Amino acid sequence: MESVGSTIFYWIIALSIVIFSVLTVTTRKILRAATYLLFVLFATAALYFKLDYEFLGSVQIAVYAGGIVVLFVFAILLTTHPGDNSEQLASRKKVLGLVGALAAAGACGWALCSRCADIFTSLPSMENPTMHRIGEAMLGTGHEQYLLPFEAVSVLLLACIIGGVVIARKR
Amino acid sequence: MDITLIWYLVPALVMFCCGVYGFLTRRNMIAMLISLELMLNAVDINFVVFNRYLFPHSMEGWMFTLFGIAIAAAETALAIAIIINLFRVSKNIDVRDATKMKN
Repeated sequence: MESVGSTIFYWIIALSIVIFSVLTVTTRKILRAATYLLFVLFATAALYFKLDYEFLGSVQIAVYAGGIVVLFVFAILLTTHPGDNSEQLASRKKVLGLVGALAAAGACGWALCSRCADIFTSLPSMENPTMHRIGEAMLGTGHEQYLLPFEAVSVLLLACIIGGVVIARKR
Repeated sequence: MDITLIWYLVPALVMFCCGVYGFLTRRNMIAMLISLELMLNAVDINFVVFNRYLFPHSMEGWMFTLFGIAIAAAETALAIAIIINLFRVSKNIDVRDATKMKN
């Protein structure tokens, strides 16, 4: 049984995720799309906090809301005039998009229904992962520990920095 | 009211479908990239929710989401570098106009 406050918090998160996702892909001003994406990412971070994963919520805010959205805004301001509307969608294009989205929804819905024993699981109790445990999981080499992916991601980020500089520099 | 697993999966599913719709309909490259971020984010939510509800004592989905966020950041940075470079060449980031690899 959840408390009333928790249920209200859930509804705020769920409704803002749904509404702002729809607005992100339907608005015709690109800068507004980036702003709505920011709200979606904040709602996702709130969802992680609600599920007791505080570290993941913080990472979501710092990396997604703080880093990626700023990159998007810079790129938008560099490449388009902020007031411009994107062109009106052709109805054929809109139908194609809707068909694709509904096909994805149908496939996922079918997958959910075929596992209907699991989808009504209620929230089990859990100890929040402490920083100690998270650090050991990231830098250990044993069972359920992830040193190799961690190092691979660090090399990937280095390669990404070098690639970004090489691609975007002036010739 | 008991908040079960499906309550979190449905908003994530809506988010994913919005991403698919935007990716198929938009022609501005940055708008397509924004739709891609929506899809990635929906998948991250699914990993976390399944981890929390079905396997509360392990951290696999949690770690996968963490690495997914890092890789999404790298991918976005590189894609935006490519888009800005393309804009410098053709003054336009419409995906229909990007037909040449080298001019």
